[in-house]
Amino acid sequence: MHLTDFWFLVIAILWIGYFFLEGFDFGVGILVGVVARDDRERRVLINTIGPVWDGNEVWLLTAGGATFAAFPVWYATLFSGFYLALLVILVCLIVRGVAFEFRGKRSGRRWQRNWEHALFVTSLLVAFLWGVAFANIVRGVKIDADEVYVGGFWDLINGYALLGGFTTLFLFTFHGAAFAALKTLGPIRARVRRAALLTGGVTAVLASAFLIWTQVDQGLGATPPGGLGGGWSLAALIIAVVALVSALAFARLQRDGWSFALSGVTVVAAVAMLFLSLYPDVLPSSLDPSWSLTVSNASSANYTLTVMTIVACVMTPVVLAYQAWTYWVFRRRIGVSAIPQ
Amino acid sequence: MNLALAHETIARWQFGVTTVYHFLFVPLTISLSGLTAGLQTAWIRTGREKYFRATKFWGKLFLINLAMGVVTGIVQEFQFGMNWSRYSRFVGDVFGPPLAMEALVAFFLESTFIGLWIFGWDRLPRRLHCACIWAVSVGTLFSGYFILSANSWMQHPVGYHVGANGRAQLNDIWRVLFQNTALVQAFHTFTAAYLSGGAFMVGIAGYLIMRQRRRPEADRQPVQLGAARTSLRLGLVTLAVSGILVAISGDTLGKVMFEQQPMKMASAEALWETEAPAPFSVFAIGDVNKGHNTVEWQIPGLLSFLAHNNFHDAVPGIKDTAAKEAARYGGQPKDYYPMIPTTYWGFRWMIGFGMFSFLLGLAGLWLTRRRFWLAPEHRRGDDQVPELMLTRKTALNAFLTRWSWRIAASTLFFPLVGNSWGWIFTEMGRQPWVVFGVMRTARAESPNVTVGNQVFSLTVFTLLYAVLAVIEIGLLKKYAQAGIPEEEPPTRDPRLRGPGPDGPGGPDGSGGDSDRPMAFAY
Repeated sequence: MHLTDFWFLVIAILWIGYFFLEGFDFGVGILVGVVARDDRERRVLINTIGPVWDGNEVWLLTAGGATFAAFPVWYATLFSGFYLALLVILVCLIVRGVAFEFRGKRSGRRWQRNWEHALFVTSLLVAFLWGVAFANIVRGVKIDADEVYVGGFWDLINGYALLGGFTTLFLFTFHGAAFAALKTLGPIRARVRRAALLTGGVTAVLASAFLIWTQVDQGLGATPPGGLGGGWSLAALIIAVVALVSALAFARLQRDGWSFALSGVTVVAAVAMLFLSLYPDVLPSSLDPSWSLTVSNASSANYTLTVMTIVACVMTPVVLAYQAWTYWVFRRRIGVSAIPQ
Repeated sequence: MNLALAHETIARWQFGVTTVYHFLFVPLTISLSGLTAGLQTAWIRTGREKYFRATKFWGKLFLINLAMGVVTGIVQEFQFGMNWSRYSRFVGDVFGPPLAMEALVAFFLESTFIGLWIFGWDRLPRRLHCACIWAVSVGTLFSGYFILSANSWMQHPVGYHVGANGRAQLNDIWRVLFQNTALVQAFHTFTAAYLSGGAFMVGIAGYLIMRQRRRPEADRQPVQLGAARTSLRLGLVTLAVSGILVAISGDTLGKVMFEQQPMKMASAEALWETEAPAPFSVFAIGDVNKGHNTVEWQIPGLLSFLAHNNFHDAVPGIKDTAAKEAARYGGQPKDYYPMIPTTYWGFRWMIGFGMFSFLLGLAGLWLTRRRFWLAPEHRRGDDQVPELMLTRKTALNAFLTRWSWRIAASTLFFPLVGNSWGWIFTEMGRQPWVVFGVMRTARAESPNVTVGNQVFSLTVFTLLYAVLAVIEIGLLKKYAQAGIPEEEPPTRDPRLRGPGPDGPGGPDGSGGDSDRPMAFAY
């Protein structure tokens, strides 16, 4: 295995980690806007992710930094190409981050409602936009011979990408509902369970359609030279769909832990499938396949990758250990009675 | 306006706006995490309530700042790719690793442990909980160090070669991380951060005491006074100590810069011609086009001292340096002039505001020292309003006392202004280079991003940041005005709860007291 392949794997893992973790906190953010009935229930939901959302978001920053270090061409082309979309995502992440912190810093209904609306809208938009962005990455965008994105904003809006957007939106909401069901007590728990069943059903339809479309488009005949072939992505697709259906079944049986674990498997498998169908490209060109950015032409030199590999091997276990410990410390369920006045 | 020029100008404005705004919060995050950790440690070691209350108070203000620092930092990481894609492509091999390490080593540490600290008051044993805020503080330092080593590489590129593909490639990560530029710049930035934190404490604690003094004796809150007075003294000591270190590190950094970027320092001094001995310019009004100063107040020989540690060696001027750069890199000498009025005044504002804060710290320490402030015949309880004493016999007159508290309250802003000008000076003094001597700023931008998109994003960020600034200041004001909390320290150490249905070792792992209100909740 070349170091470039290894770093493709690392970046895939970072995105998978990001979507697994921040996926449920986007979902909880959306549920705050639709499921909670009163102020205390909203606070219960917000507090289920209170101690961890910030740590979850760092997975994104790490994915960004790792892409910059390991695949500078990918980083440069992608973020200058998706300029306006990324702008919207950044604005949402800013507003969302301060919404958590600032909502409770003032009493006053209007103040708190405004931040709850902000939390809802930004969580929804980001959950949607990540799907749009990744669908476009997998499908390929207009990249010219100079490795520069020459399309416009509207080129990013197409049927496949929109389907991708709705898929992540519902998948993350389902994942969030499964998480909230695991973390809450009382009436709010019953309500998020119902939300899980509903959004899970919609997700099953959307995700199957999106992943099958991906498999047909990217997985079978269209595998680029050096790719892994359609078999691996097909396997990931099957795992994703089976996990999703089982997660739904467990949600119905009120087995919250299993339901959450399996919604997590769905996220992992679905994102893995996108990366599997992408490999060995990192950003395919829809204009000419030979202009595509690949793990080899977009990567850093060997020395940089070696340095980064050492750092990653030393630090990753440490980070995983203390993040896991955080979840252990805050493992208790929260009910409305746990919310101070 | 020339469209190509507009492209670069707007991208630079966006970088300037987002960076300066981000850097209002960074120094406070670095220093307040450390100061809060110190206060919490003092509470654990002494058990005195005033330390607990101060920890809670500064912790809350710290969190409001931290939230803004974190969210504005996300933009910083991605805008290299958005507006400066040719730069990112060229330097990714060298500039990317410190950024990735920052995320992996520092961000995870900060953001995970801050969650544990906020929500862990009743979940973690006291010492472990206190260790969490120390972890956050260490994380902020790592984070600062990695980003400063990346910036230092732009100031003084080392440890790389330009590869066959025309991109910079890393040779030696140790040189990038630990070259003298990075070490000195980090030293200077961290000490300036503590200067900001000290001033923040002095400003707010001073305000709280000033407000208490105005109240009638019966309305005064003893709880607040003890903690406010401790905070004031802590802030003053921080100001004085870090002020000295800022000056030392600034002097060292200046010497490094005289060597590595003579143009930056010449333009910081508006020193047009090479002079030996070179004078330090205190005030100058000049004409960039004609290349001379019309009004000039100078201190003879001081610039030679700043550059070389002696009072007679020559310091190269703007014209000679520009001519040398033009001979080396091509083009006209004037192409190598940074914006001289900005660098000249930026340098002065940086030093001026920093020095002023330091002097206020010294004055404050003297005015509030125990012997005078609490001279035996005036000594009152720990929780009573201090009067400012000039000697054991005479109180400072009412007018001076009033103004000394007002100045204390406004100290808050001085280092922040100094920091901002410091960065503006550092970054603009490097122009026209983005990577000094290697890549010009004009060649670094994204070729495919239209001016329309840039204008749009600049507008969005500026408006968003303006709105957030108003909200942030409102919140800080609200919490500063609310004063030191009356909250009692937790009497029960969570560690004391043994295993059993109530403890963490409960059978279902959820504990029997899950309905007990959380110590902190959003």
